[in-house]
Amino acid sequence: MWEYTDKVQDHFINPRNVGEIEDADGVGNVGSIACGDALRLTIKVDENQVITDAKFKTFGCASAIASSSMLTEMLKGMKLEDAKRLTNDDIARALGGLPKEKMHCSVMGREALEAAIADYTGAILPMAQGEVVCECFGVTDLEIIRAIRENALTSVEDITNFTKAGGGCGKCEGKLRALLTETMAGEAGQPTGVAKKKRMTTLEKIKKIEEVVEREIKPTLKKDGGDIRLIDVDGDFVTVSLRGSCANCHSSRTTLKEYVERKLREQVLESLIVEEDK
Amino acid sequence: MAVLPEQVIYMDNNATTRIAPEVLDAMMPYLTQFYGNPSSMHTFGGQVGQAISQARQQIADLLGADPGEIVFTSCGTESDSTAILSAIQSFPEKNHVITTRVEHPAVKNLCDNLEIFTGRKYHVTRLPVAADGTLDMQRYRESLTDDTAIVSVMWANNETGVLFPVEEMAQIARERGVLFHTDAVQAVGKVPINLRETAIDFLSLSGHKLHAPKGIGVLYVRKGTPYIPFMNGGHQEHGRRGGTENVASIIGLGRACALAAEKMEEENTRVRALRDKLEQGLLSTVPKALRNGHPTQRLPNTANISFEYVEGEAILLHMNQLNICASSGSACTSGSLEPSHVLRAMGVPFTAAHGSIRFSLSIYNTEEEVDFVLARMPDIITKLRALSPFWEDK
Repeated sequence: MWEYTDKVQDHFINPRNVGEIEDADGVGNVGSIACGDALRLTIKVDENQVITDAKFKTFGCASAIASSSMLTEMLKGMKLEDAKRLTNDDIARALGGLPKEKMHCSVMGREALEAAIADYTGAILPMAQGEVVCECFGVTDLEIIRAIRENALTSVEDITNFTKAGGGCGKCEGKLRALLTETMAGEAGQPTGVAKKKRMTTLEKIKKIEEVVEREIKPTLKKDGGDIRLIDVDGDFVTVSLRGSCANCHSSRTTLKEYVERKLREQVLESLIVEEDK
Repeated sequence: MAVLPEQVIYMDNNATTRIAPEVLDAMMPYLTQFYGNPSSMHTFGGQVGQAISQARQQIADLLGADPGEIVFTSCGTESDSTAILSAIQSFPEKNHVITTRVEHPAVKNLCDNLEIFTGRKYHVTRLPVAADGTLDMQRYRESLTDDTAIVSVMWANNETGVLFPVEEMAQIARERGVLFHTDAVQAVGKVPINLRETAIDFLSLSGHKLHAPKGIGVLYVRKGTPYIPFMNGGHQEHGRRGGTENVASIIGLGRACALAAEKMEEENTRVRALRDKLEQGLLSTVPKALRNGHPTQRLPNTANISFEYVEGEAILLHMNQLNICASSGSACTSGSLEPSHVLRAMGVPFTAAHGSIRFSLSIYNTEEEVDFVLARMPDIITKLRALSPFWEDK
C-alpha cells in the first residue's frame, strides 16, 4: 500500500481540468500504454504569453493522475516563461510529496509540459534527442542526466524511481551506473543546474564538436531528410551549413538555435554560438 | 483512518484469508494454558505433542497422505525452498531444473538464483503457457532429461487460478526417474487432493491461505524420497526441520484442514457460483473487460479481469474508497515497473495487463457483497476511462 498524501488522494479522486482543449495552442503527449502511464496535456496561451487554460488526460496510477491534475492547476494563469522553469520537484512538492518510487509520475508531468511548450513555440525537444539508454521504457541519456542533476540523485535505484530507466529487464544497469558516476563527478564543485564548463584546448573543442555533430545531430536531421556540415570553429563561433530539406526549411533558424546550438552547448561548451554559413 | 473488518468486502483471499473462528478456538488453549514444549519429558509438555499428532493427522487426511509425510515449516516459501534445494543437493550430478514461467516468486526467484544458493550452475527450463494460461504438455515431456534433478510446477496459479495437471505431470516425471514438487498453496482446500494416488514427491502448503494463521506451512515429503533438511537443529520433525514447533499455529492448521475438507463442496458450489456471477456480471456490464485464464480449468474462487485502457492501481484505490479489497497485476501496485510476469507470460497485451484486477473469494463472501461490487465497478471504470487518453479512440 502506498503512502499517499491527502493532496494526492484528493487530486486522484477529484481530478481537476480533465479533458482536452479543442483549439489548443500546445499539445504534449508523453508515455505509452506499454510503459504503464501516459499523459496528454493541452494548453492555451494568450497574446501576453500567459497560459490561460490547461487540461489533461492520463492513463496511470493514482500518483500519475494526481500529478497531472496538480500540474494543470499550477499552470493556469502562469507566464510561459515561468512554466518553462517548472520542475518535477515543484509538482511533487505541490502535492505534499510523492513516494520515492512514484517520483517518475512528477517527471512525466514536467515532460508533458515541456512537450506542450515546445509544440507551441515550434522548438525541438532536446531531451528526446539523446541516445536511448533504457530500451524497456525508452529513456534517453539526456533525460537521465538531467534527472540526476536536478534531483541530486545518488543511486541507480534513484534513477529508476525518477525516470523508470532500469525498471524493466535491467540490462542497462551498467550504463546507468556509468552515467551516474560521470554526472556526479561533473557536478562536484559546480553550482547545480549549470552545464559543466571544462577547460579544453581548441583541438579538443573541435574534435568534440565534430563528434557530437556526427554522432547525434546529423542522424537526427537525416531522419527528417536534412543534413548538416561543420564548416569552421573560431573561438566560440561554430559555423555549419544546413543541407537537404533543412536548407530550404523556414524553421531552419529554430533548428539551428534550439537544437544544434543547444546540443553543442550541453555536450561541449556552454558558451558556443552556432551560425549558419550562407 | 483504520478500517474495521465488518466494513470491508474482502475479495483478496488468494493474498491471505481470515482465521476461521473454529480455528482460533482450537488454537486459544495453546496460546494460554498449554504452553509446554512438546519435546519435554513431562506430561504437561508431552500432551502438547499429542495435540500436534492430531493436527498432523488432520492435515494428512486432507491431502490423502500419511502423518509421517507431513513436515511443519514456517510458510509456503520455506516449504518450496526446502523441496527444491533438497532435490538438487540429493542429486549433485544433475544440473537441470524444470519449472514454469508463471510460478509464484517463492519458486521463481529461487530458480532464477540457484547458482547463488548452491554455488553451481543450473540449467533452468521455464515452461511457457498458452494465452489461457495452460501448459503445453508435449513441451513438458520433451524437456525432461536424464540430467533433470527436479520438476517444480504450481498446482493452481495465484493470479489467475488456472490449474495445472500436476498429477499427470508427476506421473510423467516419475517414469523418467525425476522428482516432482508442486506449490499447492492456492489449491489446498479448494480442489480435492489425494497424494496416495499420485506420483507427487513434494507438496507445499501455507496455513494463511486456508483460514489458519500466517507463519505456518507444511511440506509434504513422500515416504522414501531422498531428503536433505533446509533448517538444521534439533530433532523436531524427526530431524527434517529443526526448531521448536509453532504449536498453536500447527493446531490451528490442523483444524483449518479439517474445516476445509468439510467446506470443499461449498467452495466448489456456492463460492464458484458467486465467482461466476461476479465474473459474468463484470464482463457483461463493463465494455472492453476481459477474463484472464482458462474458463473452466481454474480454481472456483478466482476471477482475474482486465479492464482495458485503465490502470490497476487507480482501480484498486477507487475500490478502496468503497472498502472493497482486491489485487492487481499492474506494475504500479508492486513497486516494480512492469506488469505481472504471469499475464506477460500469457501474452496479455499491455492495454489489458496494466488494468487487471484479481478478485479472490472465500466461503465468507455473500451474494450481497457480489451484488454491491457489481453495482459499483462500472462507475469506477467509466470514471477512469474518462481520464484515459487511450479510451476515446475506441
